[in-house]
Amino acid sequence: MTPVATIVSKELRSYFVSPVVYVVGAVFLLIIGLLSYLYVVFAGAQAIQLMQMQGGMAQLNLNDLVFRNLFSSIRFVLLLTLPILTMRLFAEERKLRTFEFLMTSPIGINEIVAGKFVSVFLVFLGLLGLTGLIPVVLSLFSDFDWYPILTGYLGLALLGALFLSVGVLASALTENQIVAAFLSFGILLLFWLLAGLGSLLGDTALGQTISYLSFMEHFDHLVRGLIDTKDLVYFFSGLVFILFLTHRAVEAARWR
Amino acid sequence: MIDVQQVTKRYGQHTALDRVTFRVAKGEILAFLGPNGAGKTTTMRILTCFMPATEGSANVAGFDCADQPSEVKRRIGYLPETPPVYQELTVSEYLTFVGRLRGLTGKQLSAAMDREVQRLGLGQVRDRLIGNLSRGYRQRVGLAQALLHDPEVLILDEPTVGLDPKQIIEIRELIKSLAGSHSVILSTHILPEATAVCQRVVIISDGRIVAEDTPEQLSARLRHSDKISITLKHPPVDGAERFKSVAGVQNVFPGGSTGTYLLECSLNHDVREEVARLAVTQGWGLLELKSISMTLEDVFLQLTRHEDGLSQDGEPSAGRHTSTLAESMEQSA
Repeated sequence: MTPVATIVSKELRSYFVSPVVYVVGAVFLLIIGLLSYLYVVFAGAQAIQLMQMQGGMAQLNLNDLVFRNLFSSIRFVLLLTLPILTMRLFAEERKLRTFEFLMTSPIGINEIVAGKFVSVFLVFLGLLGLTGLIPVVLSLFSDFDWYPILTGYLGLALLGALFLSVGVLASALTENQIVAAFLSFGILLLFWLLAGLGSLLGDTALGQTISYLSFMEHFDHLVRGLIDTKDLVYFFSGLVFILFLTHRAVEAARWR
Repeated sequence: MIDVQQVTKRYGQHTALDRVTFRVAKGEILAFLGPNGAGKTTTMRILTCFMPATEGSANVAGFDCADQPSEVKRRIGYLPETPPVYQELTVSEYLTFVGRLRGLTGKQLSAAMDREVQRLGLGQVRDRLIGNLSRGYRQRVGLAQALLHDPEVLILDEPTVGLDPKQIIEIRELIKSLAGSHSVILSTHILPEATAVCQRVVIISDGRIVAEDTPEQLSARLRHSDKISITLKHPPVDGAERFKSVAGVQNVFPGGSTGTYLLECSLNHDVREEVARLAVTQGWGLLELKSISMTLEDVFLQLTRHEDGLSQDGEPSAGRHTSTLAESMEQSA
């Protein structure tokens, strides 16, 4: 086993022994299930309205009415749940004094950070995979275009990875788990709001730069079925940069 | 095996270690004694490459802690003050994790685990969650962790804290048995432990090494006067005066009705023979006569108190960091 795999398997074990994953997972899936139910019911109501107005069968676009709305909502659910998954990763090690043990083991900080990130990313992918039941079930009863759904899931995976990296960074900055969670909420909301600020400033260079920094626009393209290299570069560079900052934060934590 | 040269560590304005220098030979057990906050843990953290020294160099098993930390880490087993255990894992899961981090796999790993489980008596709790174990067991799991990869150098920060007396003796025997094949540094403020286990003692106070020697030498060389205790069956009324008249006796402290006297004598002047003759010829009924040597505890208190005095007097710290034994004797005399 490579050092990274060793860390990943230990972290996964820790996740599934603690109740956190079960509680977070249950709430996550419940909310998303409820949201998709509501969007489907709304779509049905709209279809009936359309039928009454136009007479005959209305063309119902589930991609627009259900999935785009659903993906936008999941974005918010992720913001609220993922920091809870990441908050323990480094903060707990520091609180329980196992951090010193980890840092005096013959493995690099890179490997520790990578192992922790990969483990929580796998947990997240598992949860996200379970929501895949929703389009599968809907496909039994209606017709829709799968392509934007798959790119939407790609968007969610990338967005989740970015959120998780922010959470790992926040966890490396403190030994208090609550502070870590709150810090990542703050950072993520801030980047969310950057989109609003960017559109306020309009088409100026500054406005465009600020909009680019927010994940909103990049995620939106993927949900609409648009795979643009620019957006992929945004997510991957953001991920690498934040994990690099995490490396520095872990390194700095030794000095205190 | 361990070579620490002029290591200084500063946290902002605060100097935690001030030009600390010492060596540990292969197979030697060294005790690190000092009051809380003296710099014991800081020294250990530098040796284990957890944090770098501000100045000076630390060398473990031929590798420099600053330049080749991963080589050093591979050769060190470290037990921090708090045993670094994950409560949500069982003992064998934890040891597997530790072993893999240090590159042990397959048969090698299971053999090492069996050896340590056996050595530390963890057989019964092997499959229990560490979170449900008592403090003593956790401490032993921590020790198993440090020993698992059979390191050349062991650094143990207060290894017997939280153990019951029987376990303390077992752990001390274990540490003693490591001498010869392993170099060990252990920190403690339990002084008999240092005497019982270690070949050499370093006393550290306020980030400076104030003494370094064998436990016996330390107490012998720091004695300013010999003390003799004598117990009589029929103590005379003027016992104190009579003893004081013996040449070499400086002070007599009568012990009350029990007939015990404490005689303070000048150094290198054995008065026991003279005192015994006096007691016998006078028919006082000599029951017991013994020389009281200074315990390491006395030495320790003397040295660390002495150090406090120094800083209060505002003595310049330069040049004083390794006050030799002779100097400390002069100072407190």
